[in-house]
Amino acid sequence: MGLESYLLVGAVLFVSGVVCMATKRNGIGLLMGVELVLNGANVNFVAFSRFTSLGLDGQIVSLFVIVLAAAEAAVALSIALNFYNNHLTIDVDRGDELKG
Amino acid sequence: MTYEKLLFLIFALSTCGGALGVVLAQRVARMAFWLIVSLGSTAGLYFMLHADFVAATQIIIYVGGTLVLLIFGIMLTASGPHVNIQTSPGELVLGAGVGLMLLFLIQGTVRSVDWNQAAVVTSQGEFVPAEGQGYNPQGQGNTIRPLGMALLGLRPDKDLGAPEEAGLSSGYLFPFEIVSIHLLVVLVGASYLARAKRRAQASE
Repeated sequence: MGLESYLLVGAVLFVSGVVCMATKRNGIGLLMGVELVLNGANVNFVAFSRFTSLGLDGQIVSLFVIVLAAAEAAVALSIALNFYNNHLTIDVDRGDELKG
Repeated sequence: MTYEKLLFLIFALSTCGGALGVVLAQRVARMAFWLIVSLGSTAGLYFMLHADFVAATQIIIYVGGTLVLLIFGIMLTASGPHVNIQTSPGELVLGAGVGLMLLFLIQGTVRSVDWNQAAVVTSQGEFVPAEGQGYNPQGQGNTIRPLGMALLGLRPDKDLGAPEEAGLSSGYLFPFEIVSIHLLVVLVGASYLARAKRRAQASE
């Protein structure tokens, strides 16, 4: 299977993540959307690493992306826990104190 | 149909289906399940791309670490039985429309690029990496040793045979150090942010 098939899978992952971030009202659901977007980017990196002159660099970048996604999930989750402690809900529509 | 094509179809369909399941599921615990399906099948795609270490890392860190963290987050932020924080159908339809348009835009962009400069097309119309390009596990072995050396700043796959005036090695030692410090700071900050505090009294 060629490069374009993998790029199509990456595109589907990316779009699903964007739609998930746009429509979900649960804070944890937004985090899952971010994970999907990063995963779609990773599929593209590894596919380019296999099929083009990018070589091993693509795999190294995808490793960095995986590690940074784990760090992002840890920080965002602790923020979500703080939000839940203050609002007693995880609905992100309720976090509107900073509205002008 | 070759085995490779069949395996790719299985993994690609479960990856895309898992992603769609994350979008369409209404309960957040089911979203976590579909995310496990999607990320696990992505590891299968990495194996098919000969990226064995990246695939193992995907399973260990994503499926084994990040998702367990998310599931703990789901359990710690459970809302009451009569609280409805689901998306309204109108918003879902709007999001699906915008998402389909974005997908067609990306797919049109991918189709309009001539990838033949990057990869060679055989007479059967299949892509194969051009000569001397891409990572070739038959000639270069598994990816673990080159990846480890690259993270230590050594690139034998690029530096050997390179001209003398090419300059320093293009390794990744400095990003590796930055990421390690970043992880330390993130873990300290996350445990500071998530520490146990007095719960808010008013529930509005």
